Amino acid sequence: MTTKVYIPRDSSALSMGAEKVAAAIALEANKRGLEITIIRNGSRGLYWLETMVEVATDQGRVAYGPVKVNDVSSLFDADFLNALSLNAKTHPLSLGLTEEIDWLKKQQRLTFARVGITDPVSLDDYIAHDGYKGLKKALTLSGAEIVKAVTDSGLRGRGGAAFPTGIKWNTVLGCKSDQKYIVCNADEGDSGTFSDRMIMEDDPFVLIEGMTIAGIAVGATQGYIYLRSEYPHALKALNEAIAKAEAAGYLGENICGSTHTFNLEVRRAAGAYVCGEETSLLESLEGKRGLVRFKPPLPAIEGLFGKPTVVNNVISLATVPIILDMGAQFYADYGMGRSRGTLPIQLAGNLKHGGLVELAFGITLRELLYDYGGGSATGKPIRAVQVGGPLGAFLPESQFDTPLDYEAFSSIWAVVGHGGIVAFDDTVDMAKMARYAFEFCAIESCGKCTPCRIGAVRGAEVMDKIIAGTDTVKNIKLVRDLSDTMLNGSLCALGGMTPYPVLSAMNHFAEDFESRQAIKANATT
Amino acid sequence: MQDLETKQDLDVKIDALISQHQHLPGALMPLLHAIQDDIGYVPESSYSQIGRALSLSVAEVHGVVTFYHHFRTHKPGRHVMQICRAESCQAMGSEALEAHAKKCLNVDYHQTTSDDAITLEAVYCLGNCALSPNVMMDEEVYGRVSAEDLDALIAEAKA
Repeated sequence: MTTKVYIPRDSSALSMGAEKVAAAIALEANKRGLEITIIRNGSRGLYWLETMVEVATDQGRVAYGPVKVNDVSSLFDADFLNALSLNAKTHPLSLGLTEEIDWLKKQQRLTFARVGITDPVSLDDYIAHDGYKGLKKALTLSGAEIVKAVTDSGLRGRGGAAFPTGIKWNTVLGCKSDQKYIVCNADEGDSGTFSDRMIMEDDPFVLIEGMTIAGIAVGATQGYIYLRSEYPHALKALNEAIAKAEAAGYLGENICGSTHTFNLEVRRAAGAYVCGEETSLLESLEGKRGLVRFKPPLPAIEGLFGKPTVVNNVISLATVPIILDMGAQFYADYGMGRSRGTLPIQLAGNLKHGGLVELAFGITLRELLYDYGGGSATGKPIRAVQVGGPLGAFLPESQFDTPLDYEAFSSIWAVVGHGGIVAFDDTVDMAKMARYAFEFCAIESCGKCTPCRIGAVRGAEVMDKIIAGTDTVKNIKLVRDLSDTMLNGSLCALGGMTPYPVLSAMNHFAEDFESRQAIKANATT
Repeated sequence: MQDLETKQDLDVKIDALISQHQHLPGALMPLLHAIQDDIGYVPESSYSQIGRALSLSVAEVHGVVTFYHHFRTHKPGRHVMQICRAESCQAMGSEALEAHAKKCLNVDYHQTTSDDAITLEAVYCLGNCALSPNVMMDEEVYGRVSAEDLDALIAEAKA
């Protein structure tokens, strides 16, 4: 009898040697005359345990991790394929039944329901795990009914702006046009975020299904996934999944025997962070420099090639199938206040247990950092946390009890954004982080508006003076003044939100700006 | 003579790629990717060829190529090493890793080692932030990279 062994193909697992581990396990099994079937699944998102190898048993899958190539022979010696045996259970890398691992068990995985469980590019596997149920439901509804379900679910854009998805769709639905588009913003460039990548690599069909439903809802027949060039594995998985969906009648003309048509194509971005801004993204898709457009007109009315266009983030679109399948109320029952549903949170930076935690809105930062993150990786106190990417505010320990909720964050002048959490230990120099925020803005500015283009460069220069301890009081005032101009005068969020990390660093960690002489003295001792 | 042949070869290759892509809506980006995938960079000499096919001026093509960090106009080394400079990697010591790489390779960013083995580039997030710091060698990401890991990657690339 052949034993099923699961070894992730997710790029984070690959970054820890999953490919070599898979080869070593295949070789060792062959050498010992044991019959195994290796399935390259997605990652469960417990990244500190990668490469996590799972073995199928009658009681569910049993996990081992982190497995390195040199552990392979000892796993075979312990009869790890017979995962319920006492010998296997006592192997130092044994983690027990995967579903019983506390970190995973406590999560509420809706968007990520299949991630890590299925073979990402197997359509059969997708369908066997409730895939395409949302589309089947959508095909029985009118466009307006689909849009209503999405609106009623309370789903808000998971890319960062948190605009209600249903309202955006409704605008496109109401436009009369010979051509409409669905554009997926997969230019996930925020440091500390990887949930889009995981969906695209580990469950690409759910994104395809979500985009197809969006197309049917608003009457769009063409979709584009604008994918960042730093994600080659996602590109492969998406293209393979799209080809399979087309061959099986889930994309193309007469979807599932209906009168609907929807075609989908992946387009590669080219390393410009600003192209995550929706109008800049559309310019790029049209083959131009990614310059931000003035709004209005809204992309929903005049978007790609001047046509009505839905632009949504990967997670927003990948959440649509479960909303259609389980109903708007099912999804809306999760969450708090006006933040409904779940958020795939990404724990990153200096944390012991980094990875993907999907939970209803409302969990506090402290729970995430310590109960899930396990504290800092270096063992030092966590001093600052940046939530929401490079344009998100830095939060001090006194704000760790803030619940993850769009409004709660906005009330402390912070952003949830795309749900990325980057922790820093007490060795962080917050003045340098503020300088970096300006530097990053200068590198990535599209150049269209002056506050961003010039402001970012000047900001970095003034921060250099503050870091050098020159005219500190005067220069701090200057940075505050400049930040005010950028906040109020920039065309898009790049220039307009760079002051979030800068000012929050200044407000919460003033000592790093005001006492540079002391910091320098400490650094030299 | 050698150069002339190379230029002709390039023109033929690029013409073929143009005819494969020019029918696409918004054809320029997919075309530039195809050219860079094939020959490793987008030669400036190809701008007029591309412009003619897509009804764009040379300035417009130049504008697009130079807007995006991913596109390069000169041939890179045999391998491209990208070190992540973003916040999550900074929180795990990427600054020291950057300094180490520059010292070992004796180059700065956007430069190629004297033996033509490695071009060093900065990158802002590889989407592997739970396992920072990260380095990408060609199309493979490496997580939790130490100075020793980096040395091994360099040695492998130079072999």
